[in-house]
Amino acid sequence: MTTTAKGSTNGKGSQQGHIQELERVTIRFAGDSGDGMQLAGTQFTNTSAVFGNDISTLPDFPAEIRAPQGSLPGVSGFQISFSSHQIYTPGDQPDVLVAMNPAALQTNLSDLPAGGVLIVNEDEFTEVNLRKAAYTSNPLEDGSLKSYRVFRAPISKLNSRALEDAGLGLTAVQIDRSKNMFALGLMYWMYSRPLETTTHWIDEKFGKNPTIAEANRRTLRAGYHYGETTEMFATHYHVPSAKLKPGVYRNITGNEATALGLLTAAKLAGKTLFYASYPITPASDVLHELAAHKRFGVRTFQAEDEIAAVGAAIGAAFGGSLAVTGTSGPGLALKSEAIALAVTVELPLVVINVQRAGPSTGMPTKTEQADLLQAFFGRNGEAPVAIVAPATASDCFNMIVEAWRIAVKYRVPVIFMSDGYLGIGSEPWLIPNVDEMKSLDLNLTTNPEGFQPYARDPQTLARPWAVPGTPGLEHRVGGIEKANITGNVSYDPENHNTMVHLRAEKVARIAQDIPDIELDGDATGDLLVLGWGSTYGVITTAVRRAREEGKKVSAAHLRYLNPFPRNLGDILGRFDKVLIPENNMGQLLLLIRGMFLVDAVGLNRITGRPFTVSEIENKIYELVGKPTAARKA
Amino acid sequence: MVTTERGNGAIPVQTRKDFTSDQDVRWCPGCGDYSILAQTQRVMPELGLPRENIVFISGIGCASRLPYYMNTYGFHSIHGRAITLATGLKITRPELSIWVTTGDGDALSIGGNHLLHVMRRNVDLQIILHNNEIYGLTKGQYSPTSAVGTRTKSSPEGSLDVPLHPVTIALSAGATFAARGLDIDSQNLPRVLQAAHAHRGTSFVEVYQNCNIFNDGVFDNFAAKDVRADRTILLEAGKPMIFGKERDKGIRLNGMQLEVVELGRSGVTEGDLLVHDPTIEDPILHIMLGRMGYPDFPVALGVIRDVIHPTYDQLMIDQADQIIRKMGEGSLQELLREGDTWTVE
Ligand code: SF4
Repeated sequence: MTTTAKGSTNGKGSQQGHIQELERVTIRFAGDSGDGMQLAGTQFTNTSAVFGNDISTLPDFPAEIRAPQGSLPGVSGFQISFSSHQIYTPGDQPDVLVAMNPAALQTNLSDLPAGGVLIVNEDEFTEVNLRKAAYTSNPLEDGSLKSYRVFRAPISKLNSRALEDAGLGLTAVQIDRSKNMFALGLMYWMYSRPLETTTHWIDEKFGKNPTIAEANRRTLRAGYHYGETTEMFATHYHVPSAKLKPGVYRNITGNEATALGLLTAAKLAGKTLFYASYPITPASDVLHELAAHKRFGVRTFQAEDEIAAVGAAIGAAFGGSLAVTGTSGPGLALKSEAIALAVTVELPLVVINVQRAGPSTGMPTKTEQADLLQAFFGRNGEAPVAIVAPATASDCFNMIVEAWRIAVKYRVPVIFMSDGYLGIGSEPWLIPNVDEMKSLDLNLTTNPEGFQPYARDPQTLARPWAVPGTPGLEHRVGGIEKANITGNVSYDPENHNTMVHLRAEKVARIAQDIPDIELDGDATGDLLVLGWGSTYGVITTAVRRAREEGKKVSAAHLRYLNPFPRNLGDILGRFDKVLIPENNMGQLLLLIRGMFLVDAVGLNRITGRPFTVSEIENKIYELVGKPTAARKA
Repeated sequence: MVTTERGNGAIPVQTRKDFTSDQDVRWCPGCGDYSILAQTQRVMPELGLPRENIVFISGIGCASRLPYYMNTYGFHSIHGRAITLATGLKITRPELSIWVTTGDGDALSIGGNHLLHVMRRNVDLQIILHNNEIYGLTKGQYSPTSAVGTRTKSSPEGSLDVPLHPVTIALSAGATFAARGLDIDSQNLPRVLQAAHAHRGTSFVEVYQNCNIFNDGVFDNFAAKDVRADRTILLEAGKPMIFGKERDKGIRLNGMQLEVVELGRSGVTEGDLLVHDPTIEDPILHIMLGRMGYPDFPVALGVIRDVIHPTYDQLMIDQADQIIRKMGEGSLQELLREGDTWTVE
């Protein structure tokens, strides 16, 4: 079924169409939200991953769930980049745009560089649809697409024909719903992908409904054969496998990795996981994922509101569970009073914030990094918490386990700062062996001898975790200030001063327990690009490109934000300039400037989308000078 | 589902003292909370529970200080949220006996939402609402249960808000247990607390509590010793609804309405009176009884409703058990490897 045997693989022509070897390709599927673009994209991703390419994806959902069909707000997209070497981003601009209707073309065309491949479903370019997409003339006919390599395919018609003749007794709606499979088949042919992964998926997904399964298989093959027989594309492409670390891989999104990391932490601790959450985009997938895994010792609780969710988590933490609440920015704001309670009662708690574009409701389906200062300071009084941030989708797994290790050891709330891009974006993940991971010691107190609820561990300053049900340890905690050691209610001025300092010192001491920040590049140089969270991929790519151009630029990425790694000050001092790109107005920048007195500069774009590599690259050259020789293509 | 076994043996005999913490009680002298605390400490030893399995959780307000005075596990949380903490704790530690102490502001104003949801879920908790119809801790503003026209510092010309009725709210939200007591009634209050403990599911108890500083005597018109027998009625399961110092008055259903009748007058006999049945599924009659108020009716005390529904915490356990029975316990390593995988050599 695969086409690699056909023709040469070195890009030299053959009469049946070239197969050209490429290093990296970025494809964007775009269509109406009812067109199944997410599904087509996910299938292409899985196939490419199984095929051995490194991949990175970025789904782009419409804001309205049921925007009118064919309308501009109803466009849904999915971008995937796949490569023969390791990649860190879903690609700035697509090489190929698949547009299933005029609205998809209208909203996505500006991202396609001149010379890019444009595949359109010409059947949808009707007068009505053109009007809905605010076109005054048909772009397929008015010459406005001249600078692209346009391929018109009657996808709707071909799809219907493939299915109507099959005698499956499908309705027109059912037939129309399958056209994403046709487009997918076409792309599989174009990029020499096997169909097995998707046919396998179809069999599993529609096992109970053989007619639908057959329809999907049929139209997938029809799309594939259409590419093969029409010679529509003069060339088709092959992207060889990437060289990744040996091991077993799967494709994973950040939200999935977060959920699996939570289950793993619970297993490592030998404890029930308690996940309390109120549905909110883009964090709800963590709740869905965990709710589906009750047999792994997780209790999920869909609370009546954000505050109830964090309250329930704190109650569960008091009872000795690994308690987590997950949300997005507006929810974090609602939870802030309760998080301060967890700070003062000194109980382990993990709070997940899958950030989205704000303020207020903002753009729920779009990504942003603008909750960092909220995580640092968004509570009344002096209420320090630990903060960690995963750098990539699969890193969500590692960092949520880390969040737990810190929360438990220091008896402190930890805020885990993911974002929409990490949450729904995906990449290959080297599946860890749970048996080889370090167990998580909760260190519950059971001995009533000399028990004091606010006695402190000399090294971590943590207080005992003494849970209800333990005889002889009956004690009371609460949000009202407590005397150190005894835990009695206290209004003593000196005690309050001591407690405020103790809570701060406890968080500060976490620095003794986290790895140093690492440099990508030389240990000194002209410019350090410092980032945190989901900008890791673009920053790394941009900095490596600049180095290839001979620039003395290094990158460093913060996965621990409060406290910062111990060597951060030292690293910052080794570079003439420091650049901090963030999808916010300069929040890490403010902290770095304030805490280290470094004259760092920011790159701040707040578009609801991740940075592109070139945006960061351009800023680097602005600071250290343009590359002298013209860059190779 | 409460464990009465402690490790290897029975629970030692406990007294009120075992449940009294070493903290000085700081309510205003004469506050009704003292009496509620004393009844609570007195009832605890009779429940047959190991002390370490009892947890008191409160929000903010005068009443919410109560956990500090109980020598059990305790959590004095934030305003309005005690029920949420209790829910999370019960779901994860179903063997614990969890008591929520709250007030009218805490439970019905800032925490109103949680009160509705805990009732519909029927989490196995005891919620004791000290209703003093005033904000005491913040020094005397009208509360969501204050009568219209209550004059306070924040309502110098009288409050405009129509008060909420705690028992009606609880029953309308699906409460499986609702009861009422008086702070100083050392006969009925302990019985109500015991019944609340015995009930599986959310037990809602409203206790009229006198705030002698900011709202002194607000319940006197029916709760004062000299008028109480004539202006309150103690509901008892299976017994006709009779009240009055002379036990000469009763409650009868007339069409869709309750009415007060005098026994022996116009041929009314005990047989005409309603017989209290707290176990009727339909809550309408319980709501009507709960809403009775001075001067037209006697105020109902005792257990108004007590029906058996599955509890949320138990259902959650059952659901997990069922999945495990059907599919077996999950292997985490297998889960991590789910979906399409590939091997890089
Ligand atoms: S203010 Fe009122 S309710 Fe509060 S302690 Fe004093 S008397 Fe009791």
